[in-house]
Amino acid sequence: MAYQTIVEDGIDVLVVGAGLGGTGAAWEARFWGQNKKIVIAEKANIDRSGAVAQGLYAINCYMGTRWGENNPEDHVRYARIDLMGLVREDLLFDMARHVDSTVHQFEEWGLPIMKNPETGRYLREGRWQIMIHGESYKPIVAEAAKKSADKVFNRICVTHLLMDESKENRVAGAVGFNVRTGNYHVFKSKTVICGAGGASNIFKPRSVGEGSGRTWYAPWSSASAYGLMINAGAKMTQMENRIVLARFKDGYGPVGAYFLHLKTYTQNGLGEEYESRWFPELQKMVGKEYLDPEASHLTHRPIPTCLRNHALISEVNAGRGPIHMVTMRAFQDPHLEEVGWENFLGMTVGQAVLWAATDVDPKNENPELTTSEPYVMGSHATCSGAWCSGPEDVSPPEYFWGYNRMTSIEGLFGAGDAVGGTPHAFSSGSFTEGRLAAKAACKYIDDGKAEGIVVSEDQIARRRKEIYKPLEHYKVYRNAIVAGDVNPHYINPKQGLDRLQKLMDEYCGGVTVNYMTNEKLLNIGLKKLKIMEEDLENLAAKDTHELLRAWELKHRHRAAECVTQHTLFRKETRWPGYYYRGDAMKVDDENWHVLTVSRRDPQTGEYTMEKAPCYHLVGEDT
Amino acid sequence: MPTFVYMTRCDGCGHCVDICPSDIMHIDKTYRRAYNIEPNMCWECYSCVKACPQHAIDVRGYGDFAPLGHSVSVDRDEEKGTIAWRIKFRNGTEKNFLSPITTKPWGQAIPKLADVPGPSQEMRDGQLLYNEPKYIRMDDGGLHTLESTGLKMKKGVYY
Repeated sequence: MAYQTIVEDGIDVLVVGAGLGGTGAAWEARFWGQNKKIVIAEKANIDRSGAVAQGLYAINCYMGTRWGENNPEDHVRYARIDLMGLVREDLLFDMARHVDSTVHQFEEWGLPIMKNPETGRYLREGRWQIMIHGESYKPIVAEAAKKSADKVFNRICVTHLLMDESKENRVAGAVGFNVRTGNYHVFKSKTVICGAGGASNIFKPRSVGEGSGRTWYAPWSSASAYGLMINAGAKMTQMENRIVLARFKDGYGPVGAYFLHLKTYTQNGLGEEYESRWFPELQKMVGKEYLDPEASHLTHRPIPTCLRNHALISEVNAGRGPIHMVTMRAFQDPHLEEVGWENFLGMTVGQAVLWAATDVDPKNENPELTTSEPYVMGSHATCSGAWCSGPEDVSPPEYFWGYNRMTSIEGLFGAGDAVGGTPHAFSSGSFTEGRLAAKAACKYIDDGKAEGIVVSEDQIARRRKEIYKPLEHYKVYRNAIVAGDVNPHYINPKQGLDRLQKLMDEYCGGVTVNYMTNEKLLNIGLKKLKIMEEDLENLAAKDTHELLRAWELKHRHRAAECVTQHTLFRKETRWPGYYYRGDAMKVDDENWHVLTVSRRDPQTGEYTMEKAPCYHLVGEDT
Repeated sequence: MPTFVYMTRCDGCGHCVDICPSDIMHIDKTYRRAYNIEPNMCWECYSCVKACPQHAIDVRGYGDFAPLGHSVSVDRDEEKGTIAWRIKFRNGTEKNFLSPITTKPWGQAIPKLADVPGPSQEMRDGQLLYNEPKYIRMDDGGLHTLESTGLKMKKGVYY
């Protein structure tokens, strides 16, 4: 094959995936490594890549500590209760104590942050959220990353991490191919910061046909954060903790500003409040520690997102749908109406398109809400990702192995969706995690931990062959049939994605089974995933664009397998409203107040599952 | 079909191909103009619509749930630092919105960290990031720690 092999050697910090986490890493790395070689490999164009490509209308993680609004530990308590007790509080505390410096820098760089005219402070949407005009959020942070990086490689689909052959379990760079030229790219690096994305599209979407592009999380979030790290043998945590979103129907437009700023609320098809009627029964399932509506009412303690989903799902199942967002009152105020629309235009234009197409004006009618298909990611109200070390001044021994945000693989760091246990980081927290990872990566190099890395020509050649296999396979077998895509020798990436989504939906708790699964179903799912892995060896790609989809599918498949393993391991229903284990329908704190940690052996493909202790931030005298 | 390209306006410049996060805007080999090769992987993110110098790209809502007869058009002006939206409903209603996209001239407000004074050894050994402790405290103290907040990490079920 005529594709060139292009080697970039002598890299100190390689950033894989430049969304909010990756741009934060590249930017900060320059300060700690002013003479270091910093390189970015990005699947798309860094100016509009990642989950924030189309912009944001809010920054959902800002403490406001300088105004006395919140302290870092307040945010930890919030994220803890929202995730039903199970988070990495060391990582969360660390993110929260730094995040304000990130947000204020964004303002200095030109990001328009709205101000409260009375106080002069950032305009609050909710306790943690501030409102921005963020159409150009991504181009602005991309500019910062470009100022720090020596080189930015756009349109590189990174497929594998390179591993050191002189020392076991140490990273040595990454490889991938250029989506446009097809060339093979090798990045030899002392450290890698994985800023790749979480997973949309591993569960069957509610939409059919074209509309399956209108995923809640970006369709280009292809689980590469997980696919890359799991395949390299990194330990993962809380992968069962997938998220389901209650959003405006079909368009999946965000509801945060509506609930918090516009003070809209939900009701069932009969115009009744419905949430509270489900809480007594739900309290029996999860315990008063996790659901205490009275305490929530008095102290503004949030009712966990998953439990509010549970009420919505149950109400619809009881035949009293659809659920409506009551907007008609708020939208009579022209200012609030403007906020409501700009909120979509700033981050989910598709919802505005849909309302225009269906003549829904929320001033005149209350739009429908629904719950989405599940997503696997690590920066919203969910925390799947790699098992990472915390900072030395906060983390207990089980959570600390030398370098902040370093995974269980030496020299491999994470940021954003890649890091497990840190929900509610959102855009600003992900950028902050990138900064923390960058500082730690530079220290790792300065401490001499990356000396003597060996990558053989054999490893490079082996990966090259593997990468192009779908193209070769297509070439060999395409003429076995007259025309079309039905071929007994291969499946194409779209056919494979359909199969993955269908089996994850049916066996791992997707939307068509009302998020329900159990041990038997999960075991069948794992069997089918294993067979699918064999078929992925027969994946065919007719051009480099399909080759991109082929590798995205492989990453999604690996993430899906890990999610299923974790879901099988945790024998309880920790997050009703996200998913249900029908054979263990209660929260079981006695056995499962722990973080689940998995490792897939890259040689054998076997998973090892373990429980890691859950530590909480408590007062000195507790 | 989410994004589509008007034949008479596109000149095949490729700005949309360059920017699309999903790699789905490609140049048609026969017509030498751009088109969306994979509508079911289009997020309607409008990156290509905003980038098109000819205003040749538009969006027609997803066929499986959006009826015809609407449009959401946009004009992003980097020089003025604004973005203008026009929403046309199927029933003819129109709404217009204008927002800022930046408050500073592009690329000038972000410092080059290669040129700022580097960190001290003390800073390297501690927990501060670049430019901190600016913005992270109400008072003049340093970074929040377990000691400064009177907290500790404890194993088990505690709230």
